[in-house]
Amino acid sequence: MPPVARPLSPHLQIYKPQLTSTLSISHRATGIALSVGTLALVWWVLAAAIGPGAYAQAQAFLGSWLGILLLIGWAFSLFFHLCNGIRHLVWDTGHGLDLPSTYASGWTVVVGSVVLALVAIIAGLAQWSNG
Amino acid sequence: MAEFTLPANSKVGPGKSFPAPAGAKRTRDFKIYRWDPDTGQNPRLDTYSVDLDACGPMVLDALIKIKNEVDTTLTFRRSCREGICGSCAMNIDGTNTLACLKPIDDVSGSVRIYPLPHMPVVKDLVPDLTHIYAQYRSIKPWLQTVSPLPPDREQAQSVPEREKLDGLWECILCFCCSTACPSYWWNGDRYLGPAILLQAYRWIADSRDENTGERLDDLEDPFRLYRCHTIMNCTRTCPKGLNPAKAISEIKQLMVVRR
Repeated sequence: MPPVARPLSPHLQIYKPQLTSTLSISHRATGIALSVGTLALVWWVLAAAIGPGAYAQAQAFLGSWLGILLLIGWAFSLFFHLCNGIRHLVWDTGHGLDLPSTYASGWTVVVGSVVLALVAIIAGLAQWSNG
Repeated sequence: MAEFTLPANSKVGPGKSFPAPAGAKRTRDFKIYRWDPDTGQNPRLDTYSVDLDACGPMVLDALIKIKNEVDTTLTFRRSCREGICGSCAMNIDGTNTLACLKPIDDVSGSVRIYPLPHMPVVKDLVPDLTHIYAQYRSIKPWLQTVSPLPPDREQAQSVPEREKLDGLWECILCFCCSTACPSYWWNGDRYLGPAILLQAYRWIADSRDENTGERLDDLEDPFRLYRCHTIMNCTRTCPKGLNPAKAISEIKQLMVVRR
């Protein structure tokens, strides 16, 4: 009998999205977003060091709608990655690994990071409009 | 490397439809993954409309009814029909479980049934388990001792020692957990996956086993053990209510403690 080219059964295409896997991939995605965000931070600080012209350019971009949108995204990424990172640290001590705790801590991370990000964004915008 | 899309020969096309018998009042559509190795065609999704008034309560009852009465070519594994053999593990309504333990009424709308995810398919709902069985063998799933056994009696365990095996010995090797794990999907060639690691811990935790050090040595590897990123899909999906993620965490902690 010739070898049969067996198909690969569907995976991502059919597996139900659930809190466990969604938070896991979000942790990775926000980690990548933060790496890019760090580059933006470096750019902003460098611009401030170079001089008023360069700084005005950086400010113009970060103050634009796209810039503000990215800053909001980075703020959320920071708090989500922080909160979920703490969740992982607790897991690494062997605690909270049962399913009810996993879901409780998962939803806490979701709500906590949204609240913290909102506080940061509102504080930032208030500071900006005052300055 | 992770491949998020299916290879060309694995993409699922539309299939045939089998209507319910005339006069059926309470029907439900079962959309079932089909692949026939003899035709060389791509997999397809066939729809069977089943009369629930003439069918048992579980998804496995519907599968058996379809095979008996509608389409004898439908292929799946089953044996005990009471969640103890692990044969009928498949993906039902988006999560892995045993067809015999999954009530049809737990699913709203059409019941979608696929083989265990990210596995080579032998036929229809039957995945090829050769690789995962080889991984099971690699952890030496048997009692290993060095000191001579007592000649006239069994190796006794205290009650607390025996209790350490609870939540481990119940595993029936259905592989719902391993095939629910994205990390196992992307790195299953080298990562052992939750089912096998739970088994590995079952022997590590056994007070009678004297090869703990060597067992841990074998697992101390960036892929075999440490591809577990605590995604928790394994624990979420286990039809026996076990906690593979916890077992893996115990192994990771032992790795740190023994340094």
